[in-house]
Amino acid sequence: MIAWDPNIELMPEAELKRMQFKLLKILVYRLYSFSNFYHNRMVEHGVHPDDITCLEDVVKLPFMVKSDLRDGYPDKIFTAEPEELVRYHVSSGTTGKPTVVGYTKHDLDMWTESLARALTSCGLGRGDVVQVAYGYGLFTGGLGLHYGAERIGATVVPASVGNTERQIELMQDLRVTAICCTPSYLAHIGETATKMGISIKDDTHLKTAILGAEPWSDQMRERIEEELGIKAYNIYGTSELSGPMFTDCSEQAGFHMWGDIALVEIIDPETGLSVPDGERGEMVVTILQKEALPIVRYRTGDITSIDRTPCECGRTHPRIARLSGRVDDMLIIRGINVFPSQVEHALLGIPEVSGNFMIEVYRVGALDQMLVKVELNPGAFSDKINDILDIRRKVGHTLKNMLNVSVDVEIREPGSLPRFEGKAKRVIDRRVL
Amino acid sequence: MDITKYTIKQISVFSENKPGRLAAIAGALQDEGINILAFSIAEANGFGVVRALVDLPEAAYKKLNAMGFMVSFTDVIAVKMRDVPGGLFEMASVLSEAEINIEYSYAYSGREAAVLILRVDRVDSAVEKILAHGGTLLSVDDFS
Repeated sequence: MIAWDPNIELMPEAELKRMQFKLLKILVYRLYSFSNFYHNRMVEHGVHPDDITCLEDVVKLPFMVKSDLRDGYPDKIFTAEPEELVRYHVSSGTTGKPTVVGYTKHDLDMWTESLARALTSCGLGRGDVVQVAYGYGLFTGGLGLHYGAERIGATVVPASVGNTERQIELMQDLRVTAICCTPSYLAHIGETATKMGISIKDDTHLKTAILGAEPWSDQMRERIEEELGIKAYNIYGTSELSGPMFTDCSEQAGFHMWGDIALVEIIDPETGLSVPDGERGEMVVTILQKEALPIVRYRTGDITSIDRTPCECGRTHPRIARLSGRVDDMLIIRGINVFPSQVEHALLGIPEVSGNFMIEVYRVGALDQMLVKVELNPGAFSDKINDILDIRRKVGHTLKNMLNVSVDVEIREPGSLPRFEGKAKRVIDRRVL
Repeated sequence: MDITKYTIKQISVFSENKPGRLAAIAGALQDEGINILAFSIAEANGFGVVRALVDLPEAAYKKLNAMGFMVSFTDVIAVKMRDVPGGLFEMASVLSEAEINIEYSYAYSGREAAVLILRVDRVDSAVEKILAHGGTLLSVDDFS
């Protein structure tokens, strides 16, 4: 099948832009009328829905940032009635409070539709057996891909994460043809299979991998494709937008950002002004048809560039390049977003250690490890080793609860970690992608 | 009975487990003319606690603290053991019968006798029991 929804996916560019404008106009009027948050924002910003007279006028609207979602915790920005909500997902916030995303039936439908198009563009469909090895639960990865794969008529193996040997057995026994997971987890699966005496290339039916939720590189893609004998596609999305939504097509030349779903801008993060097509900047996304948690000009913090030239696959929707970094200091550890500010926030609640810390990230085999170095407060020092080990455990538990990621903790002497004047550089990322 | 006479001030120093830390501590004590009488290191993953009995504990505390080390005083007792088989057992069994817990301990073989340094959960009872059983405790004066 060339496209899941050819009428939309192959729509002439001019027609697509007219559709986007119409959707944007409807969205802005709706939010001006029904959302306190957006109404106030527009008034403060001196913009009225009538001012939006063409698609390019989107730049007249104010930006939305992650902390707006935190300040709106849990559902202050929602525009749907509570009984219209059919699901919640929850992701980490930049400090203590997480970000809650609510979905109406229509929101889930659009999310699933976005993935149905994306998975089809990766060559998947009826007859494929898709192992979803993203976490199921509050994280959007598992359930998102689960419903996307079901919609295209594929058979889903909802494996979730962990128990790698069992994942490999299932992959063999259920004749799995595609897997969705983080690139590092697939590498781990490959290594574990080798230890078990199984070759993914020769002893399984795997031909496709949909990989994302953490940074990786084209070199890593080539290595994975070569070693496992598969095609590996990149997937993009964040919970604020709904979840994972966009992938490469068979051309593997950038994510198609479905224009009827997302309006993408690339801006200079310093000035907030648009940059020309092909130039790198921060991606700003407006989700045109979201009901429960409207997203207008959301600053994703992801750095990429946009390409509106026609794609060989025939799809007319613009593509964005593989992400090349972050505007902020967000880290992605085993698929989970971690902000150094969360670590700081967690440590402030532990009197035994100072607020000064350093984060080191590295890979052991294929898996990310995060080490947090903290300074013991002199008042908490005990001559008994066990007392200090208890403090280390306490720090570890607190961080695990805050970040949803296990971390190693190193206890250091007071004053031994670097002090910063101005912007602190508390992260050393030793991962080689 | 004057328990404080037998309560020896041990200095405990937190140290990251990396080359040069012990040399820094020992060098500082040398500079101050402080003599180390007994000494041990307890180590865990990535850090350790250096414990020492010195002739001038206050001066050692001040010096190490000024250098940025985390230092604390810990009350320990020092028991003379007979330097023969069973010497340690005698002392350990006295504490065991009294249900006094030894948090940690280290020993040195002194000129006159072997000495066992004990960090216990109940210093007062430990001193009483050991003396009641005819044991010999070193006093603060023995260390200065």
